[in-house]
Amino acid sequence: MATVTLPKGNPRTKLLLTVAVALALPVILFGAVLVLATLAKPEPVQVFVREVLGHDPATWPYTGLVFAAVAAALTFMILNFGAVVAAVTIWWEMRVSSRMQSRIGYNRVGAGGFFQWIADAVKLLLKEDLIPAESDRMLFRAAPYFVFAGFGLIFVALPFGESVIAADLNVGIYYITAVTALVVVGILLAGWSSNSKWALFGGMRSAAQVISYEIPAGLAVMVPILMAGTLSMQGIIRAQGAWPWQWFVFSNPAALIAFVIFFIAQLAESNRPPFDLPEAESELVAGYLAEYTAFRYAIFFLVEFGNVWIMSAIAVTLFFGGWQVPGVGAAAYEAARGAGALPAPAWWGLQVASMAVFFVKTFLVMNLVIWIRWTFPRIRVDQMMNLCWKYLVPGAFATFVATLLWQILVARVPAASTVSGVVLTVAAVLALVQMLRLAKRNVEAGGDQVDLSNW
Amino acid sequence: MRSNTGKLVAWVAAAALVVAFVVYMTKQVVVPPSEPGAAAPLTVPGVIFYVLAAIAVAGAVGVAVSRNILYSALGLLMALLGAGGLYVFLSADFVAITQLLVYIGGVLVLVLFAVMLTSRITDVKVSNTSFGPVGGALLFVAAAPVLLAVALLTPWAVRIPDALAPTTASIGNAFLTRWLLPFEVASMVLLATLVGAVVIARKELKAD
Repeated sequence: MATVTLPKGNPRTKLLLTVAVALALPVILFGAVLVLATLAKPEPVQVFVREVLGHDPATWPYTGLVFAAVAAALTFMILNFGAVVAAVTIWWEMRVSSRMQSRIGYNRVGAGGFFQWIADAVKLLLKEDLIPAESDRMLFRAAPYFVFAGFGLIFVALPFGESVIAADLNVGIYYITAVTALVVVGILLAGWSSNSKWALFGGMRSAAQVISYEIPAGLAVMVPILMAGTLSMQGIIRAQGAWPWQWFVFSNPAALIAFVIFFIAQLAESNRPPFDLPEAESELVAGYLAEYTAFRYAIFFLVEFGNVWIMSAIAVTLFFGGWQVPGVGAAAYEAARGAGALPAPAWWGLQVASMAVFFVKTFLVMNLVIWIRWTFPRIRVDQMMNLCWKYLVPGAFATFVATLLWQILVARVPAASTVSGVVLTVAAVLALVQMLRLAKRNVEAGGDQVDLSNW
Repeated sequence: MRSNTGKLVAWVAAAALVVAFVVYMTKQVVVPPSEPGAAAPLTVPGVIFYVLAAIAVAGAVGVAVSRNILYSALGLLMALLGAGGLYVFLSADFVAITQLLVYIGGVLVLVLFAVMLTSRITDVKVSNTSFGPVGGALLFVAAAPVLLAVALLTPWAVRIPDALAPTTASIGNAFLTRWLLPFEVASMVLLATLVGAVVIARKELKAD
């Protein structure tokens, strides 16, 4: 058998190529989302039909089709965005986890193993697609579609920037809560149709967990809704300011607790450790996806890691001020837009800035999710249920009532919100500094030193 | 394997009867369109409407004819999704999402959960097969005229809203002003249901 020798790549070329792709990917993905989300509105489509195609948009019968085509392109790009974000999250999580466990981690494909996600995806696409003989074949095949539909539909109402959102629904956050249910249906069907006891247990655990944690999550979401007075994702962000003391998380003491409850419940709802009981590999092999192989397995994993991005983005939207750029008010966007049919260049610049702010915040929250995964051990089933029903649900109710009272107070004394914001922001900064100092001291106490050069 | 020929003939006969009946009723009830002429061109929202309606109807048919209870649940999911989509066409965004949240996120997941917890549920004889084509046809003959008459004789208000107007705030205001008492009574009913469920599910612990 002839041995295949791959050409040894020049490390410098490898590094340059990786950096080029790592920089080009977000530019292409975010750029496409920005352009298409701006164009997929009735007015730009009408301008396009009138000025490029030379028809009157009001009477031309195919205006609706042009609009549908732009919307389809936007859908395609957003689904691609979700897939790539999920894949890069896997790479990032593996790098972070390996550093946390003092090992090297991905380092083979591309500099820092950056292209590992492409290699993994290709490998999974080429694997044999096994369907257990005794399984319910139709439901076994259908389950990944439900999971993926529940994942993809969330992006419809997920904000990317000031005007960059596929559809700013009036009922945005409510819609997101509702479509998540499709993921549960998919997981249940996957667990049942596999006809394996591990998969069945995994599916049942998942259903029990997600149904239970939807309650504290839904109640905690009510807190920012109450403070903003709207269900729209963009409306909730617009009700907050750009500076930390204007964020919902700090502008009300109860909202801080609500954020913690929401965050824990979201971890549980997306089956993230320490709540990964549905796939606990030490007990259930891999739970509901134990029998899945190849591409179907890849879809489950894509959704699981894509959900990390989604839950971070929702947390940023509800509690951390979303895309608000410091010093840029709503009037500035309006002024930069200009009077033309298409926005002026300054407006595009502001949009890019708002997208960058949203990305950075989401990335930081995402890191928190990853750190939690590699820090805490998995909890037991009874502990999971206790935590939800005995602590999170009453706590969420309490924050809900406290926010109602707080809103009455703010209506009487408008300064209360600012005072709370400043005090809690200072407290958060102090806590962060103290945490970093403790971490440094612990590292040095072990005879080690903080070393970031080996990243 | 026993022969199904007799059953098949009965089914075909029943189907033919049903089709003939529907055609006859439609001819009797349908009113000629007031404005004969070219049909309106099929718009994109029109296509979406027909797709959603087809999903709802196909799902409902699936619930009725499927012999596997899990497939019935899946048909129910499709029917509820289609109905939710139709609510959007009625400018009822909040109701559409509530449909999705309550019926798919709550009811359907609980149905699936119950099915999964019941061992050998696929062996259970599904009741709708034992009802028989004759009884079904009779029921159809009894119900179809009413439904058809309602569908065809009602003066439907054909009005396309300019844009999807937000309904959440008006629903909330209506609940807390005009309809406060029914709203609160409904919550009492739910509370009674919860207490009842706990009483049934709770095991009495003997005091030592």
